[in-house]
Amino acid sequence: MSVEVITGNHAAGYALSAAGEANRSARGVACGIYPITPQTEIVEYVAKYPFSKGRVVPVESEHSAMAVSMGASISGARSFTASSANGLAYMAENVMVAGYYRLPIVMVAVNRTLGPPWNIWADQGDTLMLRDFAWLQFYCEDNQEVLDTTLLAFRLAEDRRILLPILVCMDAFIVSHTQTETALPEQADVDRFLPDLDLPHRIHSGEARTLGGLAWPHEGLSMRLEIDEAMKRVPDVYRECRTAFEETFGRDPGGAVQTFATEDADVILVASGTMATTAREVVRQRRDAGEKIGLVKLKMYRPFPAVELLAACETATRVAVLDRNYAAGEGGIFCQDTRAAFQGRRDDLLIQNYLTGLCGGDVTPTVIDEILADLSMRSEAGEPVWIGIDAGEEN
Amino acid sequence: MAATVPSIPCKDECLLRPGNTNCGGCGMSVGLTMLGRALADAGDTCTLVIPACCGIVTAGAFPTTSYGVPTIATTFASSSALASGVASIRDLNGESGQVICWAGDGGTYDIGLATLSAAAERNENIIYICYDNEIYGNTGGQRSSATPAGARTTTTPFGKTEGKKDMMSIMAAHRIPYAATLSIAHPEDFARKISTALSMKGMRFLLMHSPCPTGWKSEPADSVELVRMAVASGLFPLYEVYDGDGYCINAHPDDSDPAEYFERQRRFDDDEIDFNATRKACSERMRYLELLAEEFPHARD
Ligand SMILES: Cc1ncc(C[n+]2csc(CCOP(=O)(O)OP(=O)(O)O)c2C)c(N)n1
Repeated sequence: MSVEVITGNHAAGYALSAAGEANRSARGVACGIYPITPQTEIVEYVAKYPFSKGRVVPVESEHSAMAVSMGASISGARSFTASSANGLAYMAENVMVAGYYRLPIVMVAVNRTLGPPWNIWADQGDTLMLRDFAWLQFYCEDNQEVLDTTLLAFRLAEDRRILLPILVCMDAFIVSHTQTETALPEQADVDRFLPDLDLPHRIHSGEARTLGGLAWPHEGLSMRLEIDEAMKRVPDVYRECRTAFEETFGRDPGGAVQTFATEDADVILVASGTMATTAREVVRQRRDAGEKIGLVKLKMYRPFPAVELLAACETATRVAVLDRNYAAGEGGIFCQDTRAAFQGRRDDLLIQNYLTGLCGGDVTPTVIDEILADLSMRSEAGEPVWIGIDAGEEN
Repeated sequence: MAATVPSIPCKDECLLRPGNTNCGGCGMSVGLTMLGRALADAGDTCTLVIPACCGIVTAGAFPTTSYGVPTIATTFASSSALASGVASIRDLNGESGQVICWAGDGGTYDIGLATLSAAAERNENIIYICYDNEIYGNTGGQRSSATPAGARTTTTPFGKTEGKKDMMSIMAAHRIPYAATLSIAHPEDFARKISTALSMKGMRFLLMHSPCPTGWKSEPADSVELVRMAVASGLFPLYEVYDGDGYCINAHPDDSDPAEYFERQRRFDDDEIDFNATRKACSERMRYLELLAEEFPHARD
């Protein structure tokens, strides 16, 4: 294992390539790739990787990139791709298909604002647009977590109890383009962690069946139910993968829900991605000052970890959910899921939504302070609060 | 899906199984049967990759299938990209068998054109067969850019004013190893072209004129006769292009009048078709191809 100073994109490219290479004694690896800022370096990394048994296909669109990856995966190979923003929107039709085909494809997404207005900075609206497509979704806060989660994602996706594709997400630029010290695992360890892929429903030349064709409602229904059952198994299988990861690489890739100082907390911040890094620092300082405050970082968004979130908030009376995304006319998406998780179980809890960092805005410690000040003034939850709208300019 | 898929063995020569739901007189039924025979004759097998179109409806409902080979249903625009992934893994593993896209004209001329162009430019090791029924059949008969001028469809209720896109020239311009037209009225030529395609590597494009009694408002029993007339009158020339510049004409029109072709399909309003212009366009098109075949002949061995 070596430690290098690399970007989040480099970490993702390294993990995807090492995972692909690890399948060389099985059916190999192939994928479709297409550039878009800020993920381009990921596909560039993959394109120059000297796979022993692999092919990287530089296609004409994201829609086709996912199609090539699906063709490889249906053939029993390991597969992946990467994209962002408009690329994900353009790819969406085939993203949906990969989930319903039950293909264990891993896609790294660099979260970028969907325009107009045109903007290349961080906003989670692009991957959250795909939230209902039978994909697992993980949101990472730093380069090491991107690398580790990407590797872990292959093991989880390919587990026969799951067989669903996974999105591994990171914030544009704050992670994708920022260099930090990152531990790069040896290929031999990756080989041990990711056994040869043996996809049970891959196409076989001697077997006549139609994959993805027409099914009557009762068949379609049972296929959807199988997806639901697989989703329900994710937390347990994730824990197993996490343990195996730690045994192999000597490093904890982190839980699906990560708590910080929540044990006796009265106030809890719920955040994801790099917002969690900043929030953790604010919580640490306030804890030192004697406040009963904690943080829940949601690394896993799909399936939504309702049980773990409920447990983490056991002592809380107030929760602030930070959303770097906006569902038009509705509010923040993480908050919707949080409210649904608590509905009927903790109706006493005050859950307030804060829209922050939208369209690439910075979520600084001052922003977190502002949120906490608002939360402390409340006797009940209200409409989502838009952070960063300059009240002074309103008339 | 994984747990509940039954295993059905492939049977030689039976690419399209009995009991499928194709309309009577559908060109696909004949075309798929001919394709199956040609594969069996060559001792070859295939995986079919089929986008949204009548061809995937043909497969029938899960868990049964009308196709005697592994078949993948793709999104409308994606067949040639998904096939690129399948063919890549086949080749990486040194396996035999063809990867064949079977797509309608909508998936080829329209929504899938950029994807197909890219696969051709990359010279993917696949066979792409477009069964061209000149209409969006699956969605009930709308225009495509393969619909000929004058044809009434549900989205050109007064007759299409634009002519048919020249797909063969587009594909030949990619300088792919092989591009050829197919007619189910010319079975020997059809079989020879399939076997030529099977013997080659890289991107092979085949364009099959595919009668559609439902969309063409023609008699099912006339289907083969109609496409025969299309070849005989020069409306649908039978030719091959090797590597983008080696031309070969396979059937020379016999001066048949194209008028009868139009008259036997109620999608055309005979009063509105300018037959003189059509005759002129046919002979000019043939002249153009003949000149190409003279100047840039494919050296047949
Ligand atoms: C993205 C997308 N848009 C629209 C459709 C609806 N659709 C399904 S098949 C089809 C037309 C297919 O026409 P063609 O390719 O000519 O094949 P045919 O139905 O005639 O066999 C359309 C429009 C779709 N499946 N996907």
